[in-house]
Amino acid sequence: MKNDKIPAIIIQTISSLGILVMVFILFFLIKEGIPVLSETTIGDLLGGRYWYPTEEPPVFGMLPLLLGSISVTLLSSLLALPVSLLVAIFVAEVAPNWMHDVMKPVLELLGFFPSIILGFLGMVLIAPRLQETFMLITGLNMLNASILLGIMVIPIVSSLAEEALSSVPRELRDASYALGATRWETIVKVVVPYALPGIQSGALLGIMRGMGETMVVLMVAGGAAIIPVSIFDPVRPLTSTIAAEMGETPVGSSHYHALFFAGLLLLIITLAINLASIWIEKRGRLERS
Amino acid sequence: MSFVLWGSAAFLVLLVLAILLYILANGWESLSWEFLTQPPRDQMTKGGISTPLVGTIQLVIVSISFALPVGVATGLFFAEYSSGGIFTNGLRLAIRCLAGVPSVVFGLFGLSLFVVLMKFGSCLLSAGLTLACLALPLIVTASEQAFLAVPKEYRDGSYALGATKWQTIYKVVLPAAMPTIVTGAILSIGRVAGETAPIIFTGAAFFTPGFATSLFDEVMALPYHILVLATAGTHITETRPIQYGTVLVLLVLVLGVSFVGVYLRNRFRKTSRV
Repeated sequence: MKNDKIPAIIIQTISSLGILVMVFILFFLIKEGIPVLSETTIGDLLGGRYWYPTEEPPVFGMLPLLLGSISVTLLSSLLALPVSLLVAIFVAEVAPNWMHDVMKPVLELLGFFPSIILGFLGMVLIAPRLQETFMLITGLNMLNASILLGIMVIPIVSSLAEEALSSVPRELRDASYALGATRWETIVKVVVPYALPGIQSGALLGIMRGMGETMVVLMVAGGAAIIPVSIFDPVRPLTSTIAAEMGETPVGSSHYHALFFAGLLLLIITLAINLASIWIEKRGRLERS
Repeated sequence: MSFVLWGSAAFLVLLVLAILLYILANGWESLSWEFLTQPPRDQMTKGGISTPLVGTIQLVIVSISFALPVGVATGLFFAEYSSGGIFTNGLRLAIRCLAGVPSVVFGLFGLSLFVVLMKFGSCLLSAGLTLACLALPLIVTASEQAFLAVPKEYRDGSYALGATKWQTIYKVVLPAAMPTIVTGAILSIGRVAGETAPIIFTGAAFFTPGFATSLFDEVMALPYHILVLATAGTHITETRPIQYGTVLVLLVLVLGVSFVGVYLRNRFRKTSRV
């Protein structure tokens, strides 16, 4: 049986590449990001209100970038999460079968859209409309980016929420109807609360995707590294900062390290949201069994 | 109340249709055989998109060549060899975390590891490897599901005939799971073809005079072409029709590949319910 151990060892070794890649990502971001701390303190980095990386001496205040990311993510979630939940409830509870065959492909299709195309649409379609309607200097701003991010996030949250709703056991619904509840009462008081961990974890994953999205915000969010005060302000989230500036930064310069630190920050935030979503899912499953 | 639900569903369907029609209407006039087979000319205001198109195909080939073996092996490990211990849990967590890493962070990783440390430079290989890391979680998930879907009876029958575990996997389980695995790979192709951020600083070029002939050449790519024409080019308004055309081609490519994958997946789900 010695022969049979060799494939097992090979398979396990190849599989460990997955762990290696994840560990290496963290390692390299830390390795290339930490050197920026020799030039500025972490307080200045995270709390500094001015991002002037190409000045002499460079100023690396990431607060506007961070707030840009957070504000775009928050606004897009505000727009997308209610719609996603409504669509999920529709597909799981109310839609007739033929409507299933329409909604599922539509959601999948939207989910396959490359982000660059949505960013492009934001530039050519939404920006001029926003500019005219609201009399703005530019239509490339937080609102534009949030609308598109919201569109991107809807398929993700909808499908996860719909899965959660569909896995609610029939017996619970039947029991609710047996007690005389209407369909809507059953949905609101029985089905949704039972599916809540799945819905929450799906919502978190949508938020995580919004924070990590690069191309949409690069093309559409405006690119001004300012602390936003209104939804019509242009912003410069962490992602688009990295994508826009890395191409012109000499390898090994302090700007280079600052951008890697921004990437590290981004990674830590998205990992935290991911882990929170995993934890909510696990806890939900434990409570159910 | 169901009015609100029906309304939100209708809103979504109309939104998607509107987006598709808008892109089709604006990109249609740029489409032609020349558009697909000619490279860009005259500072990209004329000509076609053959170089980015071929570049995208090359990127897909390189990335899937690396991601598929590793992903299938990992899926196989989860389905057949894992014992639920700390390695398995750690690996699961790592794959789940990888699935959530922002695409621009993959770009940073690829830059620091493949371009700088391993000295490959900005090239097809670096970009392809970076994209492979991005595609890995997708292929792992699809493979694991594919292996788990193979009926227990297949394995039992094989063992009853005296086969070893590896013989069973190699000759029975793997062929049975292959269609679903291929479907997962096809879906990953759609994802990889549309990604921009991982390739910006690892291999994508604003312009290359010809196709990449070696792994160490830079490549043009459809999504990056859209980005530079629309934001960084010198003739943003003149190239607008070409931008729309490129968007349409990329969309058709990604949606076409993805829907082939979805169709195959649904077909295999039905036939495996024997």
